[in-house]
Amino acid sequence: MKAAVIVFPGSNCDRDLKVALTQSMGREPTMVWHGDSELPDTDLIAIPGGFSYGDYLRSGAMAANSPIMREVVKKAQGGTPVLAICNGFQVATETGMLPGALLRNARQKFVCRDVDLLITAENERFVGGFEPGEVVRFPVAHHDGNFYADEDKLNELEAEGQIAFKYATVSGDLTDEANPNGSLNNIAGIYNKAGNVLGLMPHPERLISKELGGTDGKRFFDHLVNSIG
Amino acid sequence: MTEITKDIVAEHGLTEGEYDEVLKILGRTPNLTELGIFSVMWSEHCSYKSSKKWLKTLPTEAPWVICGPGENAGVIDIGDGQAAIFKMESHNHPSFIEPYQGAATGVGGIMRDVFTMGARPIANMNALRFGRPDHPKTGHLVSGVVAGIAGYGNCMGVPTVGGETNFHSSYDGNILVNAMTVGLAEADNIFYSAAAGVGNPVVYVGSKTGRDGIHGATMASAEFDDDSDEKRPTVQVGDPFTEKLLLEACLELMATDAIVAIQDMGAAGLTSSSFEMADKGGVGIELNLDLVPMREDGMTPYEIMLSESQERMLMVLKPGREEEARKIFEKWELDFSVIGKVTDTGRMVLTMKGEVAADLPVAPLADAAPEYDRPWTKTKAPAVIKGEDVAAPNDLGAALLTLMGSSEIASRRWIWEQYDHMVMGDTIQRPGGDAAVVRIHGTQKALAITTDCTPRYCYADPETGGAQAVAEAWRNITATGGQPLAITDCMNFGNPERPEIMGKFVGCIEGMRRACTALDFPVISGNVSLYNETNGTGIYPTPAIGGVGLLHDYAKMTTLAFKSEGDVVILIGELTGEMGQSLYLKEIEGREEGAPPRVDLEKERKHGDYLRDMIQKGLVTAAHDISDGGLGVALAEMAIAGNIGADITLETPLPPHAALFAEDQGCYVFTVKPEDVEMARGFALAEDIPLHIIGTIGHTDLKIDGCLTISVSRLKDVHTRWLPELMSRPGSE
Amino acid sequence: MKARVYVSLKNGVLDPQGKAISHSLHGLGFDEVLDVRQGKTIDLDLADMDRESAEAEVEKMCQQLLANTVIENYSIELLD
Repeated sequence: MKAAVIVFPGSNCDRDLKVALTQSMGREPTMVWHGDSELPDTDLIAIPGGFSYGDYLRSGAMAANSPIMREVVKKAQGGTPVLAICNGFQVATETGMLPGALLRNARQKFVCRDVDLLITAENERFVGGFEPGEVVRFPVAHHDGNFYADEDKLNELEAEGQIAFKYATVSGDLTDEANPNGSLNNIAGIYNKAGNVLGLMPHPERLISKELGGTDGKRFFDHLVNSIG
Repeated sequence: MTEITKDIVAEHGLTEGEYDEVLKILGRTPNLTELGIFSVMWSEHCSYKSSKKWLKTLPTEAPWVICGPGENAGVIDIGDGQAAIFKMESHNHPSFIEPYQGAATGVGGIMRDVFTMGARPIANMNALRFGRPDHPKTGHLVSGVVAGIAGYGNCMGVPTVGGETNFHSSYDGNILVNAMTVGLAEADNIFYSAAAGVGNPVVYVGSKTGRDGIHGATMASAEFDDDSDEKRPTVQVGDPFTEKLLLEACLELMATDAIVAIQDMGAAGLTSSSFEMADKGGVGIELNLDLVPMREDGMTPYEIMLSESQERMLMVLKPGREEEARKIFEKWELDFSVIGKVTDTGRMVLTMKGEVAADLPVAPLADAAPEYDRPWTKTKAPAVIKGEDVAAPNDLGAALLTLMGSSEIASRRWIWEQYDHMVMGDTIQRPGGDAAVVRIHGTQKALAITTDCTPRYCYADPETGGAQAVAEAWRNITATGGQPLAITDCMNFGNPERPEIMGKFVGCIEGMRRACTALDFPVISGNVSLYNETNGTGIYPTPAIGGVGLLHDYAKMTTLAFKSEGDVVILIGELTGEMGQSLYLKEIEGREEGAPPRVDLEKERKHGDYLRDMIQKGLVTAAHDISDGGLGVALAEMAIAGNIGADITLETPLPPHAALFAEDQGCYVFTVKPEDVEMARGFALAEDIPLHIIGTIGHTDLKIDGCLTISVSRLKDVHTRWLPELMSRPGSE
Repeated sequence: MKARVYVSLKNGVLDPQGKAISHSLHGLGFDEVLDVRQGKTIDLDLADMDRESAEAEVEKMCQQLLANTVIENYSIELLD
């Protein structure tokens, strides 16, 4: 399997994502610079976390307009799997690849901690390695992770099974306390309609070994790599 | 042309004597630009004129020290051809005036110091001191400073892994924001600041120069008064995005061999960077200021030289390498401009619009920088307060709960959850423990990093306080299993022109000197911040110590959390029960009195070496040192972190409150599997180390026989609640 | 030609910053404040062109970059 990681000026989880992908794939992903206008031949496109363009104007807004993102959107439309984490999720919503928007956290503050996530929809490719209804732990680290969509869109996402992860307690309850940023319906991650684009605020690449405090992230990547083949 | 009057000289913070020296060096009256340059170069901040004499007494060498004080940061060898580069620096005054930007640019500045030397920053720390919790400004300052540190560090993608925070009324008018960065470099590819090679190009890179922070360096060396709020416009604004690009561009260029010397433009901007480079290299520099990238129109040479615009660097390149370097900086969308060249004149010559704007001899200006032996008085040794002389509380459990929820001990989670402490994927001990531990990427090695200082000890007895700060840093690294290697110091004090304050400085340095020597823990970098006073009230003496240690195999790292039921709890070290300056005295009796706990450096070393050895043998399941709040608080912290209780029995002639809450030094609590107890005892006996088996882990309560029984969840609740509650008060945003 | 773009959150989108400002104003005693919505202004310095094309260009800028129309409204003011 081949993977490509998109790097913007200000990306800062690109290396972490590379480490996680390399660990699961047994080979390194290609790092693709934002100014490139062509993507290499790839089975997975990953958009990392960070502060692309300083998150100035709006998180992800400027990166969404970079040359490489036009290519990413095209590939996504053609069915290539796209994994957009944190700032990558913000970029993906700004391009329109994913619906909704990510607003400033309700408590106004950057938040970095482990969160528990309920797997709320089936998607063999991305979460087939977990049991349906399982609770997994990934960390969050963001200032703008408060998911918003208007009511119709929100109902549609729920009805179509496009909500990938919801912030939950360790036993799977969707409480306000479990929600680190005020996201509507505790939404932590969503799929596009076709199910080949996943955007999520939490960072699976940060819990990929016992020493780092957990291995749910490794399970996530191991399965993703397996399912893409 | 502005005439140089007495008033102008005074406004530039030069004394009459210092100005006479200026006239002597130049043999003429300086112009305004030249006066400005003298003023910043001879400010306390840049010249260390009050502190130099004493700083020189600190030990700075060890076989593993590659570069001690004097460069942008210190460098130590961590094996396998790798080096750790680190420094701590203050940004106190700017943070009081504009907490967000002041703290943010402090973080940006210290990271530049480290990557200037060729290191990629891998961890940030910060040591913060705020006024008393109920001071009307405290909430606002905490909120702004923490957000500023987060805003800059998070955007840079460097994890902020720990630090410390104190609250005390002595900081009501002068908060302390000390930021530390640790970086990783190849030991044979470290970059220094000495300019060399006559004719080599001098290159400016990074952001454009604006009128930011003009006179910041002199401001950092002046006392506050009630008009300080008016000084707001001089505070710089940080741009972490540009710094992230600057970091990547510099490291990319450093991978080539095009750089001769490099220096960041921090306090006193282009002035201090160019003078330091020329002085260290024993050369002259010629700069054409028209070529400096400028953000604003009509800037004068004075403004260009004194601007403290952030995210800028000055480099000397090898001849003919300009285009290669330019391409890298242009790729990262940064300014790049050849603004001058190295000369053999020994003079700094600045031209603008075809005219000479300044012409100064480099070495005399640097050599003649004033150095004072300020008068000082020794702090009178306070009386020891014995446990028997302190009334027992009605309820030891209630006393422990009070301490756990007090300003000095309560959890700092509210702060560190705002810092991205995991980015870069190597943080294996997150904030909240004795020291943070960060892996060296791709190896089995890790660095343990801590910052420590107990200002109330330093105030009561500077020598003991200075030694204690170093010893505690050493101990915190030891408790993770790390070998302490070196420290950086950030010396925050009041007005050195007052003999009693100067005496505290001298005392703290002497204590540090003794501890650094006894523990083989040399000082490799640091910074001094004086004049932290408002209307004549100075801060507590605060020599903040940033310590770094090495774990050869991170698989053997220990944390403070109690691990599993049945593990045996062991105390090493001797409890004296002396309670002077203890938090118990402050929180329960409402007094800050007496002598701080003694620091016996010989025992300190022996006990620490024993514990580290036990950890490296794989025998220790949890470890924690005794510090603020004593044994009782140490046990509670271990129970909270592990979410499991313990059954403790203390056999001691001391009154229970003294045994539990005296802040005895050189003591550790650790746990082992039951089958390893005898081994632990045997090794201790062989080393003549007092070892007490005090209990076992288990159940959901912390139970101390005959003293208290409290559920771990209750302890945790009290411990966690205090800071969020403080910060939810109106006006804290 | 100068143009000023005002960007604000759409009604119905929670504005935590506005809420915080409102909270602080009440804390300072400004009880007459009923609600606060915050936004941003973006000043553009444009090459000389007629008003009509300037307006059309800035409109495009807002659509493509300056505002996120999922959550934000914008308005354009041309200044001379």
